Amino acid sequence: MLELSRITAGYERRAPVVRDVSLTVAPGEAVGLLGPSGCGKSTLARVAALLHRPYSGTVVVDGRAAHGWRHRAPREQRTAFGVVFQQPRLSADPRMRLADLIAEPLRATGRRDEAAARVDELAGRVGLSAELLRRRPHEVSDGQLQRACLARALVLRPRWLICDEMTAMLDASTTAALVAVVEDYRAESGAGLLTVGHDSVLLDRWCDRTARWEDLASGAG
Amino acid sequence: MADTLSRPLRIPRLSLSLSGAVVAAVVLVALFVPVLFPVDEQAVDLAAKLRPPSWDHPFGTDEVGRDLLLRCVHGLRISLLVGVVAALVATVVGTAVGALAGALGGWADRVVMRVVDLFSSVPHLLLGIFVVAMFRPGIWPVIASVALTHWLSTARIVRAEVLSLRSRPYIDAAVVGGASRWRVTVRHLLPGVLPQAGLAAVLMVPHAIWHESALSFLGLGLPAHQASLGNMVQAARGSLLAGDWWPTLFPGLFIIVPTLAVAGLAASWRDRLNPRRRSELTL
Repeated sequence: MLELSRITAGYERRAPVVRDVSLTVAPGEAVGLLGPSGCGKSTLARVAALLHRPYSGTVVVDGRAAHGWRHRAPREQRTAFGVVFQQPRLSADPRMRLADLIAEPLRATGRRDEAAARVDELAGRVGLSAELLRRRPHEVSDGQLQRACLARALVLRPRWLICDEMTAMLDASTTAALVAVVEDYRAESGAGLLTVGHDSVLLDRWCDRTARWEDLASGAG
Repeated sequence: MADTLSRPLRIPRLSLSLSGAVVAAVVLVALFVPVLFPVDEQAVDLAAKLRPPSWDHPFGTDEVGRDLLLRCVHGLRISLLVGVVAALVATVVGTAVGALAGALGGWADRVVMRVVDLFSSVPHLLLGIFVVAMFRPGIWPVIASVALTHWLSTARIVRAEVLSLRSRPYIDAAVVGGASRWRVTVRHLLPGVLPQAGLAAVLMVPHAIWHESALSFLGLGLPAHQASLGNMVQAARGSLLAGDWWPTLFPGLFIIVPTLAVAGLAASWRDRLNPRRRSELTL
Protein backbone atom coordinates (compact mmCIF):
# COMPACT_ATOMS: atom_id res chain seq x y z
CA MET A 1 0.00 0.00 0.00
CA LEU A 2 0.99 3.58 -0.59
CA GLU A 3 -0.78 5.58 2.08
CA LEU A 4 -0.75 9.34 2.32
CA SER A 5 -2.62 10.56 5.35
CA ARG A 6 -3.53 14.10 6.33
CA ILE A 7 -0.76 15.65 4.26
CA THR A 8 -0.20 19.39 4.54
CA ALA A 9 2.59 20.59 2.29
CA GLY A 10 3.74 23.50 0.19
CA TYR A 11 6.46 26.09 -0.24
CA GLU A 12 5.40 28.58 2.38
CA ARG A 13 4.42 27.43 5.80
CA ARG A 14 1.70 30.01 6.26
CA ALA A 15 0.04 29.22 2.94
CA PRO A 16 0.47 25.52 2.13
CA VAL A 17 -0.93 24.46 -1.26
CA VAL A 18 -1.84 21.00 0.03
CA ARG A 19 -4.00 21.03 3.15
CA ASP A 20 -4.92 17.93 5.08
CA VAL A 21 -5.19 15.60 2.07
CA SER A 22 -5.37 11.81 2.34
CA LEU A 23 -5.00 9.32 -0.51
CA THR A 24 -4.34 5.60 -0.70
CA VAL A 25 -3.14 3.49 -3.62
CA ALA A 26 -3.35 -0.31 -3.34
CA PRO A 27 -0.72 -2.57 -4.93
CA GLY A 28 -1.56 -3.03 -8.58
CA GLU A 29 -4.13 -0.27 -8.48
CA ALA A 30 -4.12 2.69 -10.88
CA VAL A 31 -5.31 5.91 -9.30
CA GLY A 32 -5.79 9.09 -11.26
CA LEU A 33 -5.59 12.42 -9.47
CA LEU A 34 -7.57 15.05 -11.28
CA GLY A 35 -7.39 18.76 -10.63
CA PRO A 36 -6.94 22.18 -12.21
CA SER A 37 -3.42 23.51 -12.65
CA GLY A 38 -1.86 25.12 -9.61
CA CYS A 39 -4.07 23.27 -7.14
CA GLY A 40 -1.22 21.37 -5.49
CA LYS A 41 -1.65 17.94 -7.04
CA SER A 42 1.95 17.90 -8.32
CA THR A 43 3.15 18.83 -4.85
CA LEU A 44 1.18 15.89 -3.44
CA ALA A 45 2.78 13.63 -6.06
CA ARG A 46 6.24 14.89 -5.01
CA VAL A 47 5.39 14.18 -1.37
CA ALA A 48 4.29 10.66 -2.32
CA ALA A 49 7.58 10.07 -4.18
CA LEU A 50 9.49 11.24 -1.07
CA LEU A 51 10.83 14.26 -2.98
CA HIS A 52 9.17 16.97 -0.93
CA ARG A 53 8.91 16.99 2.85
CA PRO A 54 5.39 17.83 4.02
CA TYR A 55 4.75 20.14 6.98
CA SER A 56 2.57 17.49 8.55
CA GLY A 57 0.99 14.15 7.77
CA THR A 58 2.45 10.71 7.16
CA VAL A 59 3.46 8.67 4.13
CA VAL A 60 3.52 4.89 4.56
CA VAL A 61 5.17 2.88 1.77
CA ASP A 62 4.54 -0.89 1.83
CA GLY A 63 3.94 -0.80 5.57
CA ARG A 64 6.99 1.34 6.40
CA ALA A 65 6.48 4.93 7.41
CA ALA A 66 8.73 7.43 5.66
CA HIS A 67 10.91 9.32 8.13
CA GLY A 68 13.13 11.21 5.73
CA TRP A 69 12.68 12.82 2.37
CA ARG A 70 15.04 13.13 -0.63
CA HIS A 71 18.53 12.02 0.38
CA ARG A 72 17.40 11.37 3.95
CA ALA A 73 15.13 8.58 2.77
CA PRO A 74 16.86 5.19 2.69
CA ARG A 75 17.90 4.28 -0.83
CA GLU A 76 15.68 1.20 -1.12
CA GLN A 77 12.68 3.32 -0.14
CA ARG A 78 13.55 6.01 -2.68
CA THR A 79 14.08 3.55 -5.49
CA ALA A 80 10.74 1.85 -4.83
CA PHE A 81 9.38 4.72 -6.93
CA GLY A 82 9.60 5.48 -10.59
CA VAL A 83 8.70 9.08 -11.37
CA VAL A 84 7.94 10.69 -14.72
CA PHE A 85 7.67 14.46 -14.73
CA GLN A 86 5.67 16.82 -16.88
CA GLN A 87 8.49 18.52 -18.75
CA PRO A 88 10.99 16.08 -20.26
CA ARG A 89 13.29 19.00 -21.19
CA LEU A 90 13.82 19.90 -17.53
CA SER A 91 13.93 16.35 -16.22
CA ALA A 92 16.85 15.25 -18.38
CA ASP A 93 20.43 16.28 -17.63
CA PRO A 94 21.32 18.22 -20.81
CA ARG A 95 24.81 16.68 -20.95
CA MET A 96 23.77 13.01 -20.95
CA ARG A 97 23.07 10.86 -23.99
CA LEU A 98 19.71 9.13 -23.84
CA ALA A 99 21.35 5.74 -23.24
CA ASP A 100 23.22 7.14 -20.21
CA LEU A 101 20.08 8.88 -19.01
CA ILE A 102 18.22 5.55 -18.92
CA ALA A 103 21.15 3.65 -17.40
CA GLU A 104 21.97 6.29 -14.75
CA PRO A 105 19.83 4.81 -11.90
CA LEU A 106 21.49 1.39 -12.44
CA ARG A 107 24.94 2.98 -12.29
CA ALA A 108 23.99 5.08 -9.26
CA THR A 109 22.91 1.97 -7.36
CA GLY A 110 25.97 -0.09 -8.29
CA ARG A 111 24.35 -2.32 -10.90
CA ARG A 112 26.49 -1.11 -13.76
CA ASP A 113 26.85 -4.57 -15.36
CA GLU A 114 23.12 -4.87 -16.02
CA ALA A 115 22.97 -1.48 -17.73
CA ALA A 116 23.59 -2.40 -21.37
CA ALA A 117 21.04 -5.23 -21.52
CA ARG A 118 18.43 -3.30 -19.54
CA VAL A 119 18.78 -0.17 -21.72
CA ASP A 120 18.35 -2.27 -24.88
CA GLU A 121 15.26 -3.94 -23.51
CA LEU A 122 13.61 -0.71 -22.31
CA ALA A 123 14.52 1.19 -25.48
CA GLY A 124 12.64 -1.49 -27.41
CA ARG A 125 9.64 -1.13 -25.12
CA VAL A 126 9.36 2.65 -25.30
CA GLY A 127 10.26 2.70 -29.00
CA LEU A 128 13.66 4.40 -29.10
CA SER A 129 16.08 3.33 -31.83
CA ALA A 130 19.78 2.69 -31.19
CA GLU A 131 20.52 5.84 -33.17
CA LEU A 132 18.31 7.99 -30.90
CA LEU A 133 19.96 6.51 -27.80
CA ARG A 134 23.26 8.05 -28.90
CA ARG A 135 21.78 11.57 -29.04
CA ARG A 136 21.68 14.20 -26.33
CA PRO A 137 18.41 15.74 -25.08
CA HIS A 138 18.62 18.87 -27.27
CA GLU A 139 18.85 16.67 -30.37
CA VAL A 140 15.54 14.85 -29.84
CA SER A 141 11.88 15.91 -29.66
CA ASP A 142 9.85 16.29 -26.46
CA GLY A 143 8.05 13.04 -27.19
CA GLN A 144 11.29 11.09 -27.75
CA LEU A 145 12.77 12.57 -24.60
CA GLN A 146 9.70 11.67 -22.55
CA ARG A 147 10.01 8.08 -23.85
CA ALA A 148 13.56 8.04 -22.48
CA CYS A 149 12.38 9.52 -19.16
CA LEU A 150 9.75 6.78 -18.85
CA ALA A 151 12.39 4.15 -19.58
CA ARG A 152 14.56 5.69 -16.84
CA ALA A 153 11.62 5.52 -14.40
CA LEU A 154 11.17 1.81 -15.15
CA VAL A 155 14.83 0.79 -15.14
CA LEU A 156 14.98 -0.12 -11.42
CA ARG A 157 11.65 -2.04 -11.63
CA PRO A 158 9.79 0.20 -9.15
CA ARG A 159 6.82 -1.03 -7.14
CA TRP A 160 5.16 2.39 -7.45
CA LEU A 161 4.91 4.57 -10.51
CA ILE A 162 4.17 8.26 -10.20
CA CYS A 163 3.36 10.10 -13.40
CA ASP A 164 3.06 13.85 -12.90
CA GLU A 165 1.26 15.16 -16.00
CA MET A 166 3.40 12.76 -18.00
CA THR A 167 1.51 13.28 -21.25
CA ALA A 168 0.61 16.98 -20.97
CA MET A 169 3.27 18.04 -23.47
CA LEU A 170 2.71 15.17 -25.92
CA ASP A 171 0.57 14.42 -28.95
CA ALA A 172 -2.18 11.78 -28.94
CA SER A 173 -0.19 8.92 -30.48
CA THR A 174 2.79 9.36 -28.15
CA THR A 175 0.37 9.61 -25.23
CA ALA A 176 -1.24 6.32 -26.23
CA ALA A 177 2.15 4.64 -26.69
CA LEU A 178 3.47 5.75 -23.29
CA VAL A 179 0.26 4.78 -21.47
CA ALA A 180 0.51 1.35 -23.13
CA VAL A 181 4.12 0.97 -21.92
CA VAL A 182 3.09 1.86 -18.36
CA GLU A 183 0.16 -0.58 -18.46
CA ASP A 184 2.32 -3.43 -19.86
CA TYR A 185 4.82 -2.88 -17.10
CA ARG A 186 2.08 -2.84 -14.46
CA ALA A 187 0.50 -6.01 -15.83
CA GLU A 188 3.78 -7.94 -15.52
CA SER A 189 5.07 -6.39 -12.27
CA GLY A 190 1.92 -5.61 -10.33
CA ALA A 191 3.13 -2.07 -9.63
CA GLY A 192 0.71 0.55 -8.35
CA LEU A 193 0.25 3.81 -10.21
CA LEU A 194 -0.54 7.34 -9.15
CA THR A 195 -1.03 9.52 -12.19
CA VAL A 196 -1.69 13.22 -11.94
CA GLY A 197 -3.41 15.18 -14.65
CA HIS A 198 -6.13 17.57 -15.69
CA ASP A 199 -7.52 15.49 -18.60
CA SER A 200 -10.51 13.65 -17.12
CA VAL A 201 -11.18 11.61 -20.30
CA LEU A 202 -7.65 10.21 -20.29
CA LEU A 203 -7.56 9.53 -16.55
CA ASP A 204 -11.01 7.85 -16.55
CA ARG A 205 -9.96 5.49 -19.35
CA TRP A 206 -6.51 4.82 -17.94
CA CYS A 207 -7.18 4.36 -14.23
CA ASP A 208 -9.20 2.04 -12.02
CA ARG A 209 -10.27 5.01 -9.96
CA THR A 210 -10.09 8.76 -10.41
CA ALA A 211 -9.89 11.00 -7.38
CA ARG A 212 -10.98 14.59 -7.79
CA TRP A 213 -8.82 17.15 -6.01
CA GLU A 214 -11.82 19.07 -4.64
CA ASP A 215 -13.17 15.86 -3.04
CA LEU A 216 -9.83 14.98 -1.44
CA ALA A 217 -8.93 18.32 -0.02
CA SER A 218 -10.97 19.22 2.97
CA GLY A 219 -9.42 22.62 3.52
CA ALA A 220 -7.92 23.53 0.14
CA GLY A 221 -9.46 26.41 -1.76
CA MET B 1 18.52 51.28 -40.12
CA ALA B 2 19.88 47.93 -41.22
CA ASP B 3 23.35 49.35 -40.91
CA THR B 4 22.92 50.54 -37.33
CA LEU B 5 21.45 47.18 -36.41
CA SER B 6 24.32 45.19 -37.83
CA ARG B 7 27.02 47.28 -36.24
CA PRO B 8 26.88 45.90 -32.67
CA LEU B 9 27.15 42.41 -34.10
CA ARG B 10 30.26 43.13 -36.11
CA ILE B 11 32.32 44.66 -33.32
CA PRO B 12 32.36 41.65 -30.96
CA ARG B 13 33.33 39.37 -33.86
CA LEU B 14 36.28 41.53 -34.76
CA SER B 15 37.28 41.72 -31.13
CA LEU B 16 37.01 37.93 -30.84
CA SER B 17 39.50 37.20 -33.63
CA LEU B 18 41.72 40.11 -32.63
CA SER B 19 41.74 39.07 -28.97
CA GLY B 20 42.37 35.47 -29.95
CA ALA B 21 45.34 36.48 -32.11
CA VAL B 22 46.80 38.71 -29.40
CA VAL B 23 46.40 36.06 -26.69
CA ALA B 24 48.00 33.43 -28.94
CA ALA B 25 50.88 35.78 -29.77
CA VAL B 26 51.43 36.68 -26.10
CA VAL B 27 51.49 33.03 -25.05
CA LEU B 28 53.86 32.04 -27.87
CA VAL B 29 56.23 34.93 -27.16
CA ALA B 30 56.24 34.28 -23.43
CA LEU B 31 56.80 30.55 -23.88
CA PHE B 32 59.31 30.41 -26.70
CA VAL B 33 61.24 33.66 -27.12
CA PRO B 34 63.30 33.29 -23.91
CA VAL B 35 64.07 29.67 -24.90
CA LEU B 36 64.99 30.43 -28.54
CA PHE B 37 67.07 33.52 -27.68
CA PRO B 38 68.81 32.71 -24.41
CA VAL B 39 70.21 36.18 -23.80
CA ASP B 40 70.76 37.29 -20.21
CA GLU B 41 68.02 39.81 -19.43
CA GLN B 42 69.96 40.95 -16.36
CA ALA B 43 73.01 42.02 -18.39
CA VAL B 44 73.93 45.50 -17.23
CA ASP B 45 75.55 47.99 -19.58
CA LEU B 46 76.12 51.22 -17.68
CA ALA B 47 77.57 52.86 -20.80
CA ALA B 48 74.18 52.50 -22.51
CA LYS B 49 71.77 53.50 -19.72
CA LEU B 50 68.43 55.14 -20.49
CA ARG B 51 68.80 55.01 -24.27
CA PRO B 52 65.62 55.79 -26.20
CA PRO B 53 64.25 53.14 -28.59
CA SER B 54 66.65 52.37 -31.46
CA TRP B 55 67.53 49.47 -33.79
CA ASP B 56 69.85 47.96 -31.18
CA HIS B 57 67.30 48.35 -28.37
CA PRO B 58 63.78 48.55 -29.91
CA PHE B 59 62.23 49.39 -26.53
CA GLY B 60 65.25 51.35 -25.30
CA THR B 61 67.25 50.61 -22.13
CA ASP B 62 66.56 51.16 -18.45
CA GLU B 63 68.43 53.11 -15.82
CA VAL B 64 71.27 50.54 -15.65
CA GLY B 65 71.40 49.86 -19.39
CA ARG B 66 69.40 46.62 -19.51
CA ASP B 67 67.51 45.93 -22.74
CA LEU B 68 63.83 46.67 -22.16
CA LEU B 69 62.43 44.45 -24.94
CA LEU B 70 64.21 41.47 -23.44
CA ARG B 71 63.04 42.36 -19.94
CA CYS B 72 59.45 42.90 -21.11
CA VAL B 73 59.37 39.42 -22.64
CA HIS B 74 60.77 37.85 -19.47
CA GLY B 75 58.40 39.93 -17.37
CA LEU B 76 55.48 38.75 -19.47
CA ARG B 77 56.58 35.16 -18.91
CA ILE B 78 56.62 35.60 -15.14
CA SER B 79 53.37 37.55 -15.10
CA LEU B 80 51.60 34.90 -17.18
CA LEU B 81 52.94 32.15 -14.94
CA VAL B 82 51.67 33.98 -11.86
CA GLY B 83 48.36 34.82 -13.52
CA VAL B 84 47.60 31.35 -14.86
CA VAL B 85 48.69 29.38 -11.79
CA ALA B 86 46.93 31.76 -9.37
CA ALA B 87 43.74 31.71 -11.46
CA LEU B 88 43.79 27.91 -11.61
CA VAL B 89 44.31 27.52 -7.86
CA ALA B 90 41.65 30.14 -7.09
CA THR B 91 39.18 28.48 -9.46
CA VAL B 92 39.70 25.00 -8.02
CA VAL B 93 39.33 26.28 -4.45
CA GLY B 94 36.38 28.53 -5.32
CA THR B 95 34.56 25.82 -7.24
CA ALA B 96 35.05 23.27 -4.47
CA VAL B 97 33.87 25.65 -1.74
CA GLY B 98 30.95 27.00 -3.78
CA ALA B 99 29.79 23.55 -4.84
CA LEU B 100 30.05 22.27 -1.27
CA ALA B 101 28.00 25.16 0.09
CA GLY B 102 25.41 24.93 -2.67
CA ALA B 103 25.08 21.15 -2.61
CA LEU B 104 24.88 20.79 1.18
CA GLY B 105 22.69 23.83 1.80
CA GLY B 106 21.34 24.63 5.25
CA TRP B 107 23.84 25.33 8.03
CA ALA B 108 26.93 24.33 6.07
CA ASP B 109 25.96 26.80 3.35
CA ARG B 110 25.36 29.62 5.82
CA VAL B 111 28.66 29.09 7.65
CA VAL B 112 30.72 28.81 4.45
CA MET B 113 29.15 31.87 2.86
CA ARG B 114 29.64 33.99 6.01
CA VAL B 115 33.35 33.07 5.86
CA VAL B 116 33.35 34.17 2.22
CA ASP B 117 31.65 37.45 3.24
CA LEU B 118 34.23 37.96 5.97
CA PHE B 119 37.13 37.59 3.53
CA SER B 120 35.36 39.77 0.97
CA SER B 121 34.87 42.59 3.46
CA VAL B 122 38.64 43.16 3.62
CA PRO B 123 40.05 45.01 0.58
CA HIS B 124 41.75 42.17 -1.21
CA LEU B 125 44.94 44.02 -2.06
CA LEU B 126 45.36 44.55 1.68
CA LEU B 127 44.72 40.87 2.36
CA GLY B 128 47.15 40.00 -0.43
CA ILE B 129 49.81 42.25 1.12
CA PHE B 130 49.27 40.51 4.46
CA VAL B 131 49.91 37.13 2.82
CA VAL B 132 53.12 38.16 0.99
CA ALA B 133 54.36 39.92 4.10
CA MET B 134 54.49 36.58 5.92
CA PHE B 135 57.00 35.07 3.48
CA ARG B 136 60.30 35.92 1.83
CA PRO B 137 59.86 37.70 -1.51
CA GLY B 138 59.48 35.24 -4.36
CA ILE B 139 57.12 33.98 -6.96
CA TRP B 140 55.22 31.43 -4.81
CA PRO B 141 54.13 33.85 -2.07
CA VAL B 142 52.83 36.15 -4.82
CA ILE B 143 50.88 33.29 -6.42
CA ALA B 144 49.51 32.25 -3.00
CA SER B 145 48.55 35.82 -2.21
CA VAL B 146 46.66 36.29 -5.47
CA ALA B 147 44.99 32.87 -5.32
CA LEU B 148 43.90 33.23 -1.69
CA THR B 149 42.20 36.54 -2.36
CA HIS B 150 40.45 35.57 -5.59
CA TRP B 151 38.61 32.31 -4.93
CA LEU B 152 35.82 34.24 -3.22
CA SER B 153 34.03 35.50 -6.32
CA THR B 154 34.25 32.07 -7.96
CA ALA B 155 32.79 30.47 -4.84
CA ARG B 156 29.85 32.89 -5.01
CA ILE B 157 29.23 32.28 -8.71
CA VAL B 158 29.45 28.50 -8.37
CA ARG B 159 27.21 28.41 -5.29
CA ALA B 160 24.51 30.49 -7.01
CA GLU B 161 24.66 28.27 -10.08
CA VAL B 162 24.52 25.07 -7.99
CA LEU B 163 21.52 26.41 -6.08
CA SER B 164 19.66 27.09 -9.31
CA LEU B 165 20.55 23.67 -10.78
CA ARG B 166 19.61 21.87 -7.57
CA SER B 167 15.92 22.65 -7.93
CA ARG B 168 15.65 21.26 -11.48
CA PRO B 169 13.51 18.16 -12.00
CA TYR B 170 16.48 16.18 -13.33
CA ILE B 171 18.00 16.37 -9.86
CA ASP B 172 14.69 15.01 -8.49
CA ALA B 173 14.95 12.21 -11.03
CA ALA B 174 18.49 11.42 -9.85
CA VAL B 175 17.32 11.33 -6.21
CA VAL B 176 14.52 8.89 -7.06
CA GLY B 177 17.05 6.90 -9.09
CA GLY B 178 19.03 6.23 -5.91
CA ALA B 179 21.93 8.63 -6.51
CA SER B 180 23.86 9.66 -3.39
CA ARG B 181 24.49 13.32 -2.56
CA TRP B 182 28.07 12.87 -3.75
CA ARG B 183 26.96 11.39 -7.07
CA VAL B 184 24.39 14.13 -7.66
CA THR B 185 27.08 16.74 -7.01
CA VAL B 186 29.80 15.17 -9.12
CA ARG B 187 27.69 13.86 -11.95
CA HIS B 188 24.97 16.48 -12.35
CA LEU B 189 25.81 19.69 -10.48
CA LEU B 190 29.54 20.16 -11.10
CA PRO B 191 29.41 19.54 -14.87
CA GLY B 192 26.65 22.14 -14.99
CA VAL B 193 28.75 24.85 -13.34
CA LEU B 194 32.03 24.16 -15.15
CA PRO B 195 31.38 26.59 -18.04
CA GLN B 196 30.73 29.42 -15.56
CA ALA B 197 33.75 28.47 -13.46
CA GLY B 198 35.91 28.30 -16.59
CA LEU B 199 34.77 31.75 -17.63
CA ALA B 200 35.56 33.09 -14.17
CA ALA B 201 39.02 31.50 -14.41
CA VAL B 202 39.78 33.13 -17.75
CA LEU B 203 38.64 36.53 -16.51
CA MET B 204 40.79 36.05 -13.44
CA VAL B 205 44.06 35.67 -15.39
CA PRO B 206 44.37 39.37 -16.33
CA HIS B 207 43.17 40.38 -12.90
CA ALA B 208 45.85 38.20 -11.32
CA ILE B 209 48.47 39.76 -13.61
CA TRP B 210 47.38 43.21 -12.41
CA HIS B 211 47.59 42.02 -8.87
CA GLU B 212 51.11 40.71 -9.32
CA SER B 213 52.09 44.00 -10.94
CA ALA B 214 50.49 45.97 -8.12
CA LEU B 215 52.29 43.94 -5.44
CA SER B 216 55.61 44.29 -7.28
CA PHE B 217 54.98 48.00 -7.81
CA LEU B 218 54.52 48.39 -4.06
CA GLY B 219 57.81 46.58 -3.64
CA LEU B 220 56.15 43.59 -1.96
CA GLY B 221 56.03 41.19 -4.88
CA LEU B 222 58.92 39.67 -6.68
CA PRO B 223 62.56 40.49 -5.78
CA ALA B 224 63.48 43.87 -7.27
CA HIS B 225 66.05 42.53 -9.75
CA GLN B 226 63.59 40.08 -11.30
CA ALA B 227 62.18 41.20 -14.65
CA SER B 228 58.50 41.39 -13.71
CA LEU B 229 56.24 43.93 -15.37
CA GLY B 230 55.28 45.47 -12.02
CA ASN B 231 58.91 45.76 -10.95
CA MET B 232 59.79 47.44 -14.24
CA VAL B 233 57.03 50.05 -13.97
CA GLN B 234 58.05 50.68 -10.39
CA ALA B 235 61.71 51.10 -11.28
CA ALA B 236 60.81 53.44 -14.12
CA ARG B 237 59.02 56.00 -11.95
CA GLY B 238 62.10 58.13 -11.42
CA SER B 239 63.06 58.29 -15.07
CA LEU B 240 59.48 59.11 -16.11
CA LEU B 241 59.66 62.29 -14.04
CA ALA B 242 62.87 63.14 -15.91
CA GLY B 243 61.01 62.84 -19.22
CA ASP B 244 62.19 59.35 -20.24
CA TRP B 245 58.88 57.74 -21.23
CA TRP B 246 59.97 54.40 -22.66
CA PRO B 247 60.81 52.48 -19.47
CA THR B 248 57.22 53.11 -18.32
CA LEU B 249 55.34 52.87 -21.62
CA PHE B 250 56.49 49.45 -22.85
CA PRO B 251 56.03 47.39 -19.66
CA GLY B 252 52.72 49.27 -19.22
CA LEU B 253 51.59 48.18 -22.68
CA PHE B 254 52.67 44.63 -21.87
CA ILE B 255 50.29 44.71 -18.91
CA ILE B 256 47.38 46.42 -20.67
CA VAL B 257 47.29 44.71 -24.07
CA PRO B 258 47.15 41.06 -22.88
CA THR B 259 44.61 42.12 -20.25
CA LEU B 260 42.29 43.63 -22.85
CA ALA B 261 42.78 40.65 -25.15
CA VAL B 262 41.87 38.09 -22.47
CA ALA B 263 38.91 40.20 -21.40
CA GLY B 264 37.75 40.35 -25.03
CA LEU B 265 37.97 36.56 -25.34
CA ALA B 266 36.13 36.04 -22.09
CA ALA B 267 33.42 38.52 -23.06
CA SER B 268 32.64 36.65 -26.26
CA TRP B 269 32.69 33.36 -24.36
CA ARG B 270 30.19 34.82 -21.91
CA ASP B 271 27.99 35.93 -24.79
CA ARG B 272 27.99 32.37 -26.08
CA LEU B 273 26.93 31.12 -22.64
CA ASN B 274 24.11 33.61 -22.55
CA PRO B 275 23.25 35.26 -25.85
CA ARG B 276 20.83 37.62 -24.15
CA ARG B 277 23.50 39.30 -22.10
CA ARG B 278 25.08 42.38 -23.65
CA SER B 279 28.75 42.32 -24.37
CA GLU B 280 30.75 44.63 -22.15
CA LEU B 281 34.28 44.64 -20.89
CA THR B 282 34.40 44.22 -17.16
CA LEU B 283 37.44 43.13 -15.25
